[in-house]
Amino acid sequence: MYTRIQHPLHLSMQFMLLFSRQGKLRLQKWYVPLSDKEKKKITRELVQTVLARKPKMCSFLEWRDLKIVYKRYASLYFCCAIEDQDNELITLEIIHRYVELLDKYFGSVCELDIIFNFEKAYFILDEFLLGGEVQETSKKNVLKAIEQADLLQESQNEEWGGLSEDIL
Amino acid sequence: MALKMVKGSIDRMFDKNLQDLVRGIRNHKEDEAKYISQCIDEIKQELKQDNIAVKANAVCKLTYLQMLGYDISWAAFNIIEVMSASKFTFKRIGYLAASQCFHEGTDVIMLTTNQIRKDLSSPSQYDTGVALTGLSCFVTPDLARDLANDIMTLMSHTKPYIRKKAVLIMYKVFLKYPESLRPAFPRLKEKLEDPDPGVQSAAVNVICELARRNPKNYLSLAPLFFKLMTSSTNNWVLIKIIKLFGALTPLEPRLGKKLIEPLTNLIHSTSAMSLLYECVNTVIAVLISLSSGMPNHSASIQLCVQKLRILIEDSDQNLKYLGLLAMSKILRTHPKSVQAHKDLVLQCLDDKDESIRLRALDLLYGMVSKKNLMEIVKKLMTHVDKAEGTTYRDELLTKIIDICSQSNYQHITNFEWYISILVELTRLEGTRHGHLIAAQMLDVAIRVKAIRKFAVSQMSALLDSAHLVASSTQRNGICEVLYAAAWICGEFSEHLQEPHQTLEAMLRPKVTTLPGHIQAVYVQNVVKLYASILQQKEQAAETEAAQEVTQLMVERLPQFVQSADLEVQERASCILQLVKHIQKLQAKDVPVAEEVSALFAGELNPVAPKAQKKVPVPEGLDLDAWINEPLSDSESEDEKPKAIFHDEEQRQAKPRQPEADEEELARRREARKQEQANNPFYIKSSPSPQKRYQDAPGVEHIPVVQIDLSVPLKVPGLPMSDQYVKLEEERRHRQRLEKDKRKKKKKEKQARRHSALHTESDEDIAPAQQVDIVTEEMPENALPSDEDDKDPNDPYRALDIDLDKPLADSEKLPVQKHRNAETSKSPEKEDVPVIEKKSKKPKKKEKKHKEKGREKGRKKEKKEKKPSKHKKKKHRKEQEERSADRKKSKKKQPAGGGAAEPVENGSLDEEPLPPMSSYCLLAENSYIRMTYEVQGSLQEDSRVTVSIVLENQSSSFLKNMELNVLDSLNTKLARPEGSSVHDGVPVPFQLPPGISNEAQFVFTIQSIAMAQKLKGTLTFIAKNDEGSTHEKLDFKLHFSCTSYLITTPCYSDAFAKLLESGDLSMSSIKVDGISMSFQNLLAKICFHHHFSVVERVNSCASMYSRSIQGHHVCLLVKKGEKSVSVDGKCSDSTLLSNLLEEMRATLATC
Repeated sequence: MYTRIQHPLHLSMQFMLLFSRQGKLRLQKWYVPLSDKEKKKITRELVQTVLARKPKMCSFLEWRDLKIVYKRYASLYFCCAIEDQDNELITLEIIHRYVELLDKYFGSVCELDIIFNFEKAYFILDEFLLGGEVQETSKKNVLKAIEQADLLQESQNEEWGGLSEDIL
Repeated sequence: MALKMVKGSIDRMFDKNLQDLVRGIRNHKEDEAKYISQCIDEIKQELKQDNIAVKANAVCKLTYLQMLGYDISWAAFNIIEVMSASKFTFKRIGYLAASQCFHEGTDVIMLTTNQIRKDLSSPSQYDTGVALTGLSCFVTPDLARDLANDIMTLMSHTKPYIRKKAVLIMYKVFLKYPESLRPAFPRLKEKLEDPDPGVQSAAVNVICELARRNPKNYLSLAPLFFKLMTSSTNNWVLIKIIKLFGALTPLEPRLGKKLIEPLTNLIHSTSAMSLLYECVNTVIAVLISLSSGMPNHSASIQLCVQKLRILIEDSDQNLKYLGLLAMSKILRTHPKSVQAHKDLVLQCLDDKDESIRLRALDLLYGMVSKKNLMEIVKKLMTHVDKAEGTTYRDELLTKIIDICSQSNYQHITNFEWYISILVELTRLEGTRHGHLIAAQMLDVAIRVKAIRKFAVSQMSALLDSAHLVASSTQRNGICEVLYAAAWICGEFSEHLQEPHQTLEAMLRPKVTTLPGHIQAVYVQNVVKLYASILQQKEQAAETEAAQEVTQLMVERLPQFVQSADLEVQERASCILQLVKHIQKLQAKDVPVAEEVSALFAGELNPVAPKAQKKVPVPEGLDLDAWINEPLSDSESEDEKPKAIFHDEEQRQAKPRQPEADEEELARRREARKQEQANNPFYIKSSPSPQKRYQDAPGVEHIPVVQIDLSVPLKVPGLPMSDQYVKLEEERRHRQRLEKDKRKKKKKEKQARRHSALHTESDEDIAPAQQVDIVTEEMPENALPSDEDDKDPNDPYRALDIDLDKPLADSEKLPVQKHRNAETSKSPEKEDVPVIEKKSKKPKKKEKKHKEKGREKGRKKEKKEKKPSKHKKKKHRKEQEERSADRKKSKKKQPAGGGAAEPVENGSLDEEPLPPMSSYCLLAENSYIRMTYEVQGSLQEDSRVTVSIVLENQSSSFLKNMELNVLDSLNTKLARPEGSSVHDGVPVPFQLPPGISNEAQFVFTIQSIAMAQKLKGTLTFIAKNDEGSTHEKLDFKLHFSCTSYLITTPCYSDAFAKLLESGDLSMSSIKVDGISMSFQNLLAKICFHHHFSVVERVNSCASMYSRSIQGHHVCLLVKKGEKSVSVDGKCSDSTLLSNLLEEMRATLATC
């Protein structure tokens, strides 16, 4: 049973990375269990490879036995790894959809939004993709879920904030 | 305590929050590492506080640092603390941190099980959601096992938000805990028809992913997915389903035929490129898998190619790239369709995007033909010159070589041209692929005998200009070609025009700057060359010239003797001594050439790389056996062998004269030849004589190819390959003209047939030289193919689970399969009743056989069906009908043919079977309906499993169900350990309104000779809005003798032996008034009475089954005009007569 675990699991999407033009990682989501060391190695390699590509080149590249789909939005690169059998174009659409979601949520998103609210960026991603699969295709539903969860969080925060003020 | 809290809050005012941390890091660009280690220290302090808000803030900051590459695994326990916070705000952060940094090696992960379970069942859907999301990232086998049941329950949650997440995460659970697949699958399948489209698409996602890995287990879902595909408008879902069908078609070719039409429709209609691309890919895959059976799908291929052309012509680089990628898939099976777009592909070679150029190169590989090879390579050569960047140029180089050498140089009509191309490639600066070019040169020169002369001339030129090739260190890669050049010139030195010049070129001082392994080849081949020059000179009686050559060798070899490379040094000193010796002999006027040549006698014969491996070990040869038994200990003291060895050594140490050497050589050669002749394992060379040193005229026996004189051997000027292209064109033109002339003559005789004269197909082009590519030899008895073993470590093997097989007792399950729901979903539910139960499947191996048999049956069935199809019907309908057919045939197979031998029962499937079900009603009231079947257990003697399907017919929620029976002496319900005989057995699930599910109960039986009846009761609590009531339902369980039988396959020879053994008692029945076909009759007996057909001849069949206690039951079924007689033989006469009576009842209804 345990030997099975050693093997990388094949999923639609293996991981998603967001990084800046300078190669700084802004967000990483791994749908395959890998050790930190491997993750770092992969990230480093991929960031280098993608940044080295010329701007007019197509968005796909073959890397190890995976296919990398990436797209640059302003100063950020969105980069996904998919399996050989998977559809590159739908992956591009997933990336685009995620960017749209970020844009809607933050109101014309910029890199700084993601840096300072990185946990929100994760929450949005988690409502959109789960375990490497698209869980919600409707933008409206994703945003609704996030907004409601945020509401819940705020109401609790107010409670808590009120408490601390009382103490002070 | 209060003070502590206050203190915590005040502290917190001064804590950095995430924003502060981020800002701080940005402000400390110079000493980032130092600043962060400071922050981590602060965080450690914060984590020590009791205030959960402070902790959560700290964990949030850690998560950010983790992304920057800092190790935060030390805080795993704190993360769990934050995860278990009651407030959603903190919980969310805790789970985020966990999902980012927990993995299977995180040891504290096992502490989370209960917390996660609690969160999963939280009343707040966001708590549940956040737990599910987190779990999807860090689920371990242990977590999967412990939480599978909780997640499975969530699949039926009231909120689609949760259902959707639960369904998706099940995939992860299956991967980690494959045992959960079977019990969870029915519910998962239900979700395919969930009212919420999000849940539905999640279920499609999961099942498609599962099915892609192990498609054969999901074939039965094909009709359902087909329906979804034709009805869904969601592109995301469609893409998944189409991908799934791509995986299923190789297993079920008929599915492929059905798919083509809806897919081509989609290709025509969709505007979404991703969907179009998926469809095209799947059509290609389908057509590839159908390629043998489907002659006429050129229209679909044409459509795909057209669409791909549009993609490739698009200005979007992405579409261009994918278009080329898909095109290369079509190329493999339909090269002609793609070759028509050669222009487009060649255009792509000029694209500014390197990845597109590389794709185009890939395509070119498959597009070449004899006709266009030269043209394409010419184009590539110009690209080689233009290419900037060595990677792309190297890629071009390898592609040129790949293209030319593919399938045994199939497309090369003129090898002189190819050699010149190779020589031109050596002028590339800084390529890494010198060894590739070298390998090609060697391969061509060795295998194409006709080209050797030309090759040698080119190689000697190359050696002559070696200083150019090897001039700079930067061009090191390319000097590998000198290896090939030196070897070719040496080995085929008889073809050299100016051997002396070449010899000098190879002995230049500059050579010593080459890499060692190349120098070594130089040294070795210098001797070959020297030998052939000696022979030449001696034959011409130019002794002086011969001595001059020897002198040259003696002068130049010492430079190699000093080499730092061991190999070079060793060879050079050996050879130097040899040459010096020759020099002495020459001084005495002794002819030496013959002997020197003898050193290199023998022809090189190409042998296939796998030849040795493919020689089967002959019968009677045991490779592990001793050839000589090892000496026993007592003999080891014996001195004798030692002495012999010593003797031998002394003898060999004696210096020998060359004459003796020659004698010895000849003797050994003879001996070897003898040995080889007698040795069955020696791969003999072609029968042509090979010893040119003894038998100079023998050279003529080598099938040397007549070189067309229209092609000059050497074309002056550079680049040469271009000139060959021109010459080749002229040659072809001439050929064509000749052919035309011939044709015209024919035409005069015959009536006009063809109007176009200048169509030139590939086959028409005769090669310039009658090139004989010496095919690599294989031993005569080589095995035809090598087996590619599948990777035994594939993680999906664990999920290769037969989902149609009923659940066994061993799979103790929280929720079980319920078949009612499954069948009601099948598209054919109205008109084709479905067999609900399948007889127990035999073990895997047999199944494979069975499938073959099934295939046969299906094909026949199809043939019969065809005429009855109405053409007026619309296509869609027809497809559904066909899908129903297929489903039927699949369903009936396990029932009808059961586990019988395929050869003998293959014909059973010729016509559709009547509807059958072995589930019968047990009891029913307004709340619940129970149906059941009894099945023998293979694993344990004297046990049967009763599967009861419980269907909630009310609007109440049924729970606490418990089943109890009054045990008889003979038949007892297996109760959990420790419970008394009066206790009931709880049903392991609850039933919401309208839901049905199946539970299994095990009974132990003592005697199986008689049928049994047991009284029992089901008790349960029915809960609705008004409250809950205790209810019960009485029933009578009937155990027929049939239910003790297990379908067991039996071979006819074993069957015959059984009958001959004579210790079986006999009994028979006869039933009149049978109208059913014999076919269906047998199927019915197989299905209802668990028999398998052993053999069938006309209207007579032998059948076999086995009881759970090991009784053999043999039947001979004969059909008369309107009656059927069944003769039975069995080791227990009571059992037999009871069985036959039960059978009579079944047959009476036929």
